[in-house]
Amino acid sequence: MKFGIVTFPGSNCDDDAYRAVATVLGAEAVRLWHKSHDLEDVDVVILPGGFSYGDYLRAGAIARFSPIMQEVVAHANRGGPVLGICNGFQIACEAGLLPGALLRNADLQFISQPVLLRVERTDTLFTSSFQHQQVVRIPVAHGEGRYVAAESTLEHLEDAGQVVFRYVDAAGEPVASANCNGSMRNIAGIINEAGNVLGMMPHPERAVESALGSADGALLFSSMLSEVSA
Amino acid sequence: MTQLTRFRASVRIMPRRGILDPQGTAVAHALHALGFTDVGDVRIGKNIVLDLSAPSASGADDAVRNMCEQLLANPVTEEFEIAGIEPL
Repeated sequence: MKFGIVTFPGSNCDDDAYRAVATVLGAEAVRLWHKSHDLEDVDVVILPGGFSYGDYLRAGAIARFSPIMQEVVAHANRGGPVLGICNGFQIACEAGLLPGALLRNADLQFISQPVLLRVERTDTLFTSSFQHQQVVRIPVAHGEGRYVAAESTLEHLEDAGQVVFRYVDAAGEPVASANCNGSMRNIAGIINEAGNVLGMMPHPERAVESALGSADGALLFSSMLSEVSA
Repeated sequence: MTQLTRFRASVRIMPRRGILDPQGTAVAHALHALGFTDVGDVRIGKNIVLDLSAPSASGADDAVRNMCEQLLANPVTEEFEIAGIEPL
């Protein structure tokens, strides 16, 4: 099982993602350059956080045209797993891999803090190591993380069980006060209908060891390691 | 051979109605603080001006519309309007 972490100009969480899978998990991992057309036989692609192309026009809007993204989209369309974290989630939405969009946080602030998430699905290849409805602590760091979609899209996401993570309070309830960026329905992460593309605003790669304040994010990477066959 | 003309196009992109525009809200509050208490809803979008060659104004309009649909605006959250196409 081999992870590939894409580096766009302006990515800044690619090292953290590489470290999470290669050093902490001990998995095989390679870095993929945005200008490359070669996915180097990776099994899972990680689109990391950052500010690709300076967030020009809209966050993620330009990264979609990178040479590597054509291969990532083809990989996803073949059923290959893709994990989009933060800016990677924005890119996945812009590239049409996931529905909806991420807009400026409701309070206009850049939010960098640990948040609580409820794991809504444990039958995905990204979340099998979590407990059902487990509340986990994972940091967010974004200015544009407010998930927005048409009402019909939201209904479809809910009906199909595509909401994987929600911002919640300590009791595990998706209350307004726990909704750090004003996302519709407290959505922090969604999966595509086929179940192979997950996008999330929080940063699991920043929560993979207790020394980082939480090791909850490691469960996401270990899920992939056990669920994805090489 | 078709003669191409240079055009300058102006595109206005606005957040869709019904989608929270926190920038607009913040500016409305600031205007109220300045004493412009009659100000109601404020929304903030962007204006893109681009030059292009096309056989006609309607050809330029078609091209710019395509650009908006494919890149310049995000249909999930934004509406666009071609505000002007002028020969250069």
